[in-house]
Amino acid sequence: MAMVNVIIDGVSVQAEAGSTVLEAAQKAGINIPTLCYLKDINQIGACRVCLVEIKGAKALQPSCVYPVSEGLEVYTNTAKVREARKGVVELLLSNHPSDCLNCVRNGSCELQDLAHQMGIRKNRFIGEQSTFPVDERSVAIVRDPNKCVYCRRCEAVCSKVQGVSILGGIGRGFNSTVGPAFGHALDDINCTLCGQCVNVCPVGALAEKDDTDKVWGALADDSKHVVVQFSPAVRVAISEEFGLPYGTISTGKLVAALRRMGFNKVFDTNWSADLTIMEEGNELLDRINNGGTLPMITSCSPGWVKYCENHYPEQLGHLSTAKSPQAMFGAMVKTYYPQTDGVDAASIYSVSIMPCTAKKYEAARPELADSGYRDVDAVLTVRELARMIKQAGIDFVNLPDEECDAPMGLGTGAATIFGTTGGVMEAALRTVYEVVTGETLPKLELEEVRGTMGEIKEATIDLNGTQVKVAVANTLARAKEIMEKVKAGECDYTFIEIMACPNGCVGGGGTPIVSSLQRRLLNEDYRALRTKGLYNDDANLPLRKSHENPFIQKVYADFLGEPLGHKSHELLHTHYTPRKKYNVGCNE
Amino acid sequence: MGAGAFVCGEETALLTSVEGKRGEPRPRPPFPAEKGLWNVPTFVNNVETLANIPVIFTEGAEEFSKVGTAGSKGTKVFAMAGKVNNIGLVEVPMGTTLREMIYDIGGGIPEGKAFKAAQTGGPSGGCLPESALDTEIDFDTLVAAGSMMGSGGLIVLDETSCMVDISKFYLEFTQDESCGKCPPCRIGTKRMLEILDKITLGEGTMEDIDNLETLAKTISSSALCALGQTAPNPILATLKFFRDEYEAHIVDKTCPAHVCKKLLRYEIDATKCKGCTLCARNCPVGAIVGTVKEPHKIDAAKCIKCGACMDNCKFGAIFKA
Repeated sequence: MAMVNVIIDGVSVQAEAGSTVLEAAQKAGINIPTLCYLKDINQIGACRVCLVEIKGAKALQPSCVYPVSEGLEVYTNTAKVREARKGVVELLLSNHPSDCLNCVRNGSCELQDLAHQMGIRKNRFIGEQSTFPVDERSVAIVRDPNKCVYCRRCEAVCSKVQGVSILGGIGRGFNSTVGPAFGHALDDINCTLCGQCVNVCPVGALAEKDDTDKVWGALADDSKHVVVQFSPAVRVAISEEFGLPYGTISTGKLVAALRRMGFNKVFDTNWSADLTIMEEGNELLDRINNGGTLPMITSCSPGWVKYCENHYPEQLGHLSTAKSPQAMFGAMVKTYYPQTDGVDAASIYSVSIMPCTAKKYEAARPELADSGYRDVDAVLTVRELARMIKQAGIDFVNLPDEECDAPMGLGTGAATIFGTTGGVMEAALRTVYEVVTGETLPKLELEEVRGTMGEIKEATIDLNGTQVKVAVANTLARAKEIMEKVKAGECDYTFIEIMACPNGCVGGGGTPIVSSLQRRLLNEDYRALRTKGLYNDDANLPLRKSHENPFIQKVYADFLGEPLGHKSHELLHTHYTPRKKYNVGCNE
Repeated sequence: MGAGAFVCGEETALLTSVEGKRGEPRPRPPFPAEKGLWNVPTFVNNVETLANIPVIFTEGAEEFSKVGTAGSKGTKVFAMAGKVNNIGLVEVPMGTTLREMIYDIGGGIPEGKAFKAAQTGGPSGGCLPESALDTEIDFDTLVAAGSMMGSGGLIVLDETSCMVDISKFYLEFTQDESCGKCPPCRIGTKRMLEILDKITLGEGTMEDIDNLETLAKTISSSALCALGQTAPNPILATLKFFRDEYEAHIVDKTCPAHVCKKLLRYEIDATKCKGCTLCARNCPVGAIVGTVKEPHKIDAAKCIKCGACMDNCKFGAIFKA
């Protein structure tokens, strides 16, 4: 990589040619403040918070997009720079509600941080504030344009990373904001509710629908038997909320915290992830052997499922009918669990902790009530759970490690890696291989399908002489690439894993928010660090194949019979709904 | 392209718009000559620049350069309008003075009114006072005098124009035409307009002038494109040359040009009033009292300042104070 010499605030630094002043300054030990900037995703120089003086340039320049060049002299802390940045932030604050104390992002707001950093004690520029309608209709995401700072990060992630492009600039001048076309509600359009926009919003303009009160209410209700499941990625993502390093596995502390909060039973979605492998793996074999629709595509990721329903309604036959682990758990906890414990199914209130906003939508699907009740009553994101643990005054970091309850609390390493891209594929193949060949896998780690953000991975597996070609994709932009091939009939894959979010669930829309500055300062992508944590967890677990989970063997022996059996079809499989892109106005 | 948006006159916004996206400027560098339309090197020129080229080709550069000033060669087309007898497009050699343009070509100001200012450069330009009438106009002298060539607009203002109101007029336009991409332009122009509104309503304070100047400085130094960077120009120029008018609105609560409605009163000159009652009959709110053949009076508390009385008076007895 060619290097150039630049001088930043009198300090000589070498910077990679093609890099920006912002990046070079970081090398010189200077963190220039930013707002609209989001590494690799949004570099548009719009917010004017990162302005610097460049020797020879007429005007102040945005450091996030200004390229370095040999001999460039930059000043990041002159009176002119400070006054301009402060003025810009004051202007932003002048059209931003000042009810920080009531905001979900109080304490994690990038605008709040900037106001503090700039030492703003009095705003000189007060005036009229925007009054847009707040979109609270969706069960998963709340959009409050009055808090929007028009950084366009949500728009960038929705179009560039997800390729869904439902968010864009609307209105002009003072009335500019970001939202769906024609101001439609998220519920009325092809939003997948993946929540990537929430993860990148610097303020409280986009947030998950808060269900914490609902869950506190259930916990306080003595007539309810409140059970909880937490998904694979939650055990790693929750750690960051309590200051633990990225990638730390906190399963034991998480169980202890949930128990102290008052949940009657603490179970693990890993159990039902193993169950999913049993059903989905057998479904794959059934489709291969009996001429079913191929390629079969995973259906664990609710953002992906909604995307497929909205964008490829004619291709829904490719989706595995196996429910997601959350949904399987929901159906089982109100049918199988009461049989083992004597609890009245009607009294069970089932809560799930997910790294996902779309899981709230999944849980609310009318068809997911096969137990005779709502299979899942409430879904909390990792952020909501962390808020509840803090509200309860629980000293998370110093909790002892505890274990989940039986019979739905034990999962294998195969289930743990569901939380990252390639994990479902790897877990499925660990089981399918052994079922088909009757031999033990020589090496459990299937490196070929372990991908990074926005990557499509391919592998060919030899199943008793049959070459099975598989693919793994994460992000909806990659899903689209695959689906276009499937649609065109140019796809020779047998089995495809698709996760809506970058890196899979570890990058889910319900995981802890990592600020733009934190992302800049980390040497590695935070999602990759979470992934490492999950792979370590898998490697350290005594059981690493779903079919070896004794509690899975037990549920088939005692209750379900066999995979794809009658009861499985009733409780563990589902159907999908072809949807248009818009519920309102015209389509196409 | 650009759906008529003013900002799409900014070259990068124009290119973004041609690409089928929302008409918004993008940061330079990279300049269009390096990465322009669909990221390929692109030349963007104004029509007027291109119109000069045939002359240079046919007459030669030397001949072309004989016209104009040291820094600005050739001619310039101005769109002259406002309080001037002959309005229209005027092509003059660079270096022509404002006085020549307004009085020789434009035929002076109608009704013998006094010249107050020349607004040049369009909504992002500035206003030049009487003292600048003999300046030889080219790209550099206009900037030095506190305005700009900009679009080549030349609006003549006479004594009946309120300079605060003129600023407000231009700010209404720029804040409306802001694409919204950067906060200084999106929110800053709105805040400047709010302050101007306040001043023209007689609710301004001297602190508002300071705030206007601070805002103007912040916006011009931090906005993304020329629209935002130059949006404060009408305010800065009028504050520079006509600060007393701002102060009159704030301190004396009067509009010297009798334009700002909230700050003016309609009165009847008793020596001219014949008591014909026409004004009273035309007043929509019954604010005028008086008996036939006696001078009438306007009740300021009732008057809504619509001006119907003044329009109807046949004796010129009604005046703004």
